[in-house]
Amino acid sequence: MIELEGLTKRFGTKTAVDHLSFQVRPGVVTGFLGPNGAGKSTTMRMMLDLDNPTSGTVRIDGKHYRELQEPLKYIGALLDAKAMHGGRSAYNNLLCLAQSNRIPASRVGEVLDLVGLTAVARKKSKGFSLGMGQRLGIASALLGDPEILMFDEPVNGLDPEGIHWIRNLMKALAAEGRTIFVSSHLMSEMALTADHLIVIGQGKLLADTSMADFIQQNSRSYVRLRSPQREQLLDALHANGFTPVEAGGGTLEVDGATTEKLGELAAENGLVLHELSAQRASLEEAFMQMTAGAVEYHAHGTNVHGADGQGVTAPPAAGPRWGDTTKGA
Amino acid sequence: MTTPHSYVSPIPVRKAHLGDALASEWTKIRSLRSTMWTLGVMVLLMLGVGLAVAAIVSSSNAPTENESALGLGFFGVLLGSICVITLGVLTIASEYGTGMIRTTLTACPSRARVLTAKAIVFFLLVFTITTVTATLVGLAQVAMVDNAAEPTSGQWLRATVGVGLFMAELGLLALAVGAVVRHSAGAITIMIGVLLLPLVAAMFMFSESLAKVQEWLLDYAIPSQLIALYAGRSAMGQSGPSGWDPVWILLVITAAAGAGAYALLNSRDV
Repeated sequence: MIELEGLTKRFGTKTAVDHLSFQVRPGVVTGFLGPNGAGKSTTMRMMLDLDNPTSGTVRIDGKHYRELQEPLKYIGALLDAKAMHGGRSAYNNLLCLAQSNRIPASRVGEVLDLVGLTAVARKKSKGFSLGMGQRLGIASALLGDPEILMFDEPVNGLDPEGIHWIRNLMKALAAEGRTIFVSSHLMSEMALTADHLIVIGQGKLLADTSMADFIQQNSRSYVRLRSPQREQLLDALHANGFTPVEAGGGTLEVDGATTEKLGELAAENGLVLHELSAQRASLEEAFMQMTAGAVEYHAHGTNVHGADGQGVTAPPAAGPRWGDTTKGA
Repeated sequence: MTTPHSYVSPIPVRKAHLGDALASEWTKIRSLRSTMWTLGVMVLLMLGVGLAVAAIVSSSNAPTENESALGLGFFGVLLGSICVITLGVLTIASEYGTGMIRTTLTACPSRARVLTAKAIVFFLLVFTITTVTATLVGLAQVAMVDNAAEPTSGQWLRATVGVGLFMAELGLLALAVGAVVRHSAGAITIMIGVLLLPLVAAMFMFSESLAKVQEWLLDYAIPSQLIALYAGRSAMGQSGPSGWDPVWILLVITAAAGAGAYALLNSRDV
């Protein structure tokens, strides 16, 4: 269990992390999402006591990181793959870490085997590819067989097989009752691995919600319409209590309606339709809109989803809705 | 706050202490090629230059009745000190260069323990190798140069253990500077400046008003102190350090630099 309370970090006048409070619970994979520069890595460095918070605290199983006697047995972290000395072999890089925490040297061979680096154990780590470096970093995180694991962008540089492997590894580790905290800027990646989501933007907490809730909130569908008789269609829609929103390319988007209902409505009014399609906002989009809202602080009453990344004419409206699902802020 | 289903590792949790950090730092220093290179070059310089100087003095038959042959070791040690400085800086600054420092401090959050372990391992390694090499060079020099004074036991001790301590302290000072500067090239440059600049600056102080400064620099520059350590008396004048003084002076400076490095390491973001 990791608990953050009012965690704040300022670099000069820039606030990188702004009063962040949340908990990372055991037994699940918690995804830590935010665009580049949102403060994810800074938050993780403060969790490991590498950066000193300007204010606020982080507790790991109720203790401050510096109070942990052999931290590798409590918490394993992959911060960045290159946090090793390139002139040292993979084996020796892990051995010196193991020794500092009284972990038996035999464990080094075990974790190297687990991440599939046994064949290059005696090779200097500076010759490693990005993916191999990432595996070595994961091996160092697993060295102490810790209860809490923290991964900063673990799939970076991994090939598809490697990505598949790390996903399954995280799920298996969580199933053993461990606390898994994994950061990413890819919503699609999180959707496949995380059970719980923490989203930040500009250092502020935007969402602390279960993945199931997030999907439910964001998989709302809408209908896209295109017609040469645009004005008549708009009138007909308004007359029937719909609130169409204009999207790019002369299309209209209607929330809370079915294609059947709108098709029948068009037929009743004798209108020609060139397009009538059900659309579903992707999670990636929902995430982008949520964080874009945090960056620019635009607030709009309308709820527009520009599907497929095209035709987003109205700024996001996600801000207020997210306030409702935000817990523990 | 533990939940009933949280994971418990089968690996036994035993309290780690300074000894474990020492083992870790020993693994680090022995597994890098730069250690072999710097210390290897240092041994070669001490042996090569020391024996060459002894050979030249012995063939020239210059009268050196009042001096022992041990003092000839100075030239090799002075050159070798550059290698010790380099290794001292690299011991910590290379961790910053590679990002290893984040891994190190995640594994051992106590900055004091990390710095102490690094200092002890480095000190013992350099002290042992320098003392052994200085002893070999001294034995060879005394055997090669016939017309010199027989070294006293005090001179022997200073030329071996004393030189070993002085070099290891100099290396520790470099380690402290490396921890403060966190940049290998920068820290090595600073340390070479500390080593050579006082003497070079003193050479250009012709002005009468600077005479006192010049004298002080000539007495207390690191090469002068090394000469004093060998000779047992002040290198240039009468007022400078003599005997074991250089070892104590450098010890105080290194301790102060080490304390500064610790304070910064403890308070700075990594």
